[in-house]
Amino acid sequence: MAFKVNCGKQIAVTLLGWGVALWVFFPIFWMFLTGFKSEVQAVSTPPQLFFKPTLSSYAEVFERANYWHFTINTVLVSVIATGVALALAVPAAYSMAFMPSKRTRSTLLWMLSTRMLPSVGVLVPIYLLARNAHLLDTVLGLAIVDMLTNLPIVIWMLFTFFREVPAPILEAGRMDGASRWQEMTMVLLPLALPGIASTALLSLILCWNEAFWSLNLTSSNAAPLTAFIASFSSPEGLFFGKLSAASTLAVAPILVFGWFSQKQLVRGLTFGAVK
Amino acid sequence: MSRLTQALCLAGLTALSCGSALSTAHAAGTLTIATVNNGDMIIMRQLSSAFEKAHPDIHLNWVTLEENVLRQRVTTDIATGAGQFDVMTIGNYEVPIWAKQKWLAEVTPDAAYDMSDILPSVREGLMNDGKIYALPFYAESVMTYYRKDLFQKAGLSMPESPTYDQIRQFADKITDKENQVYGICLRGKPGWGENMAYVTSLANTFGAQWFDMSWKPALNSDAWKNALNWYVSAMKADGPPGATSNGFNENLALFASGHCGMWIDSTVAGGLLFDPKQSQVADKVGFTAVPKGTYGKGPTWLWSWNLAIPASSKHRADAETFITWATSKEYVKLVAEKKRWVAVPAGTRASTYANPDYQKAAPFASFVLNAIKTADPSGPTAQPRPYIGAQFVGIPQFQGIGTQVGQTVAATLSGQMSVEQALTSAQASVGRTMRQSGHGQ
Repeated sequence: MAFKVNCGKQIAVTLLGWGVALWVFFPIFWMFLTGFKSEVQAVSTPPQLFFKPTLSSYAEVFERANYWHFTINTVLVSVIATGVALALAVPAAYSMAFMPSKRTRSTLLWMLSTRMLPSVGVLVPIYLLARNAHLLDTVLGLAIVDMLTNLPIVIWMLFTFFREVPAPILEAGRMDGASRWQEMTMVLLPLALPGIASTALLSLILCWNEAFWSLNLTSSNAAPLTAFIASFSSPEGLFFGKLSAASTLAVAPILVFGWFSQKQLVRGLTFGAVK
Repeated sequence: MSRLTQALCLAGLTALSCGSALSTAHAAGTLTIATVNNGDMIIMRQLSSAFEKAHPDIHLNWVTLEENVLRQRVTTDIATGAGQFDVMTIGNYEVPIWAKQKWLAEVTPDAAYDMSDILPSVREGLMNDGKIYALPFYAESVMTYYRKDLFQKAGLSMPESPTYDQIRQFADKITDKENQVYGICLRGKPGWGENMAYVTSLANTFGAQWFDMSWKPALNSDAWKNALNWYVSAMKADGPPGATSNGFNENLALFASGHCGMWIDSTVAGGLLFDPKQSQVADKVGFTAVPKGTYGKGPTWLWSWNLAIPASSKHRADAETFITWATSKEYVKLVAEKKRWVAVPAGTRASTYANPDYQKAAPFASFVLNAIKTADPSGPTAQPRPYIGAQFVGIPQFQGIGTQVGQTVAATLSGQMSVEQALTSAQASVGRTMRQSGHGQ
């Protein structure tokens, strides 16, 4: 009897899991499918699941825009922003996790609260700063803004992961004569590597998908893939086929990257969950 | 040094080296052009290599953006004087307002450009204090599209100049909801450039207007009630479901896939609906003039996409050379030669409409010309008005109030509000916004 109940529960959970996974994946699947439709097929009602596929949307996307230029910009912005954010966040999170002061909690909350401000609220000041620093339409300018936008999340995540590392291990290192730098780089970082990897991955994904600052601070030289997607929407004319093809091309690299690193990501996100 | 420390140092060095290498400014002689992704603009971009060949010292850099993003992007750029763009694509709503703010550079093309060839109603929309601040790339007005096969089946014939009462009768007869054929498709998506473009044009022909001569809102008039009652009742009886999500593109998709019996919208849809690659009903489309309401007169619809030079541009002379080329008769000929006559930018030059090849290629050409000529954006409404504009009000506040009222109008379509409630609410909110901005005090 107990076996039957357990079995039924397991089937229900499995079905629910599959249902949620399909629900989440469906928009991406539909986007992928629409990229292979003609513009008329893309908007036909009822929507067509079976159709004669065409590469015309992809051909037009490649003809109209230099995909690789946008991809290289995105990769550069994401890698630079993530690298610099980690370089700043590791010492910050280390000091907050192992040398907390009475203001550590409120500092962490304050940092996170900057994420709650709508980006458009600071558009003009940041635009003016970028203009005066000659950083408009540059990879460096966008990377700095993306890095600063993600820094609170990166510090928060690293702080949480570092807190899971038992302090006596670090103390043991100190007893053996390790300096603060050695303690951080030779003891803490190897222990927290899965957490750092998943933080880096999350930061990369956030930078890759960031659209507001990309559209407002770049025009052509440093325009990333989000600007590439935006350029295929049209106020007068059908564009869903081309837009889907462009979106598929834009998300493909990060999707593949996410697929290969999912083991690391899951390991990182559950780091310290079981003691 | 551990591997991780090495990796961090490497990331830092990469950031620094990339910073110096990638923080390059646009090279001298490079024009950055901001534009939208419309068919005519895509052709301009494709053919611009001819311009670069003729002007080897000018290189063109294209930035294509979604319409609303473009508007926000160029507004930020102009307002902060950043000078990221040398040429921008803007509408005839923005040109006089931005020119008054001294955000745009005056344009002075030479005699060879033949300014007198530009249709007067289009040219006048780009002027401020007698000076021209942009050159028109293409222009559009409004007309009625209908399905000839459905009309024939129902034993109906479309008059040359229908009234809104007739349109309603036709819509009732050809609606076949079981087969997803809706008698009338109209814009319902809220926005000053979406549902309010159509609704303002509709209101004008019913004798309504946005403001009286003392800038007091006139939205609770009987004329507005009549216009909105027609709109809501026709759409509820004969319109497609979920009409509050339908803008130009959604209605284009519905009509092109055979789900609309009639559609009243921009003349630019003609080229798309008659193209078999984009429309399943290309051989069944008929067209006629925009319907008349109870007033029967008033401005109808005039929108133009124009090329302007921001005052902050550092390459004004080169920019003017480019926009003169892109809006010239020679460019029209180039498009006809490289693409086809039906693809030439419409609605701006009288010479285009006088060309027999164009007349042959575009069966709707004379209709469009007539619609643009009679759009009369600066003409009178039933009562005197203090503003110009056909399907919009030519004041900076209109983007805000237009979208605000657009949401109220959409609420009447979805049944959340009655027409009277919507107009009372719109009257109050527009009055408040205008008082706050100093109008009518």
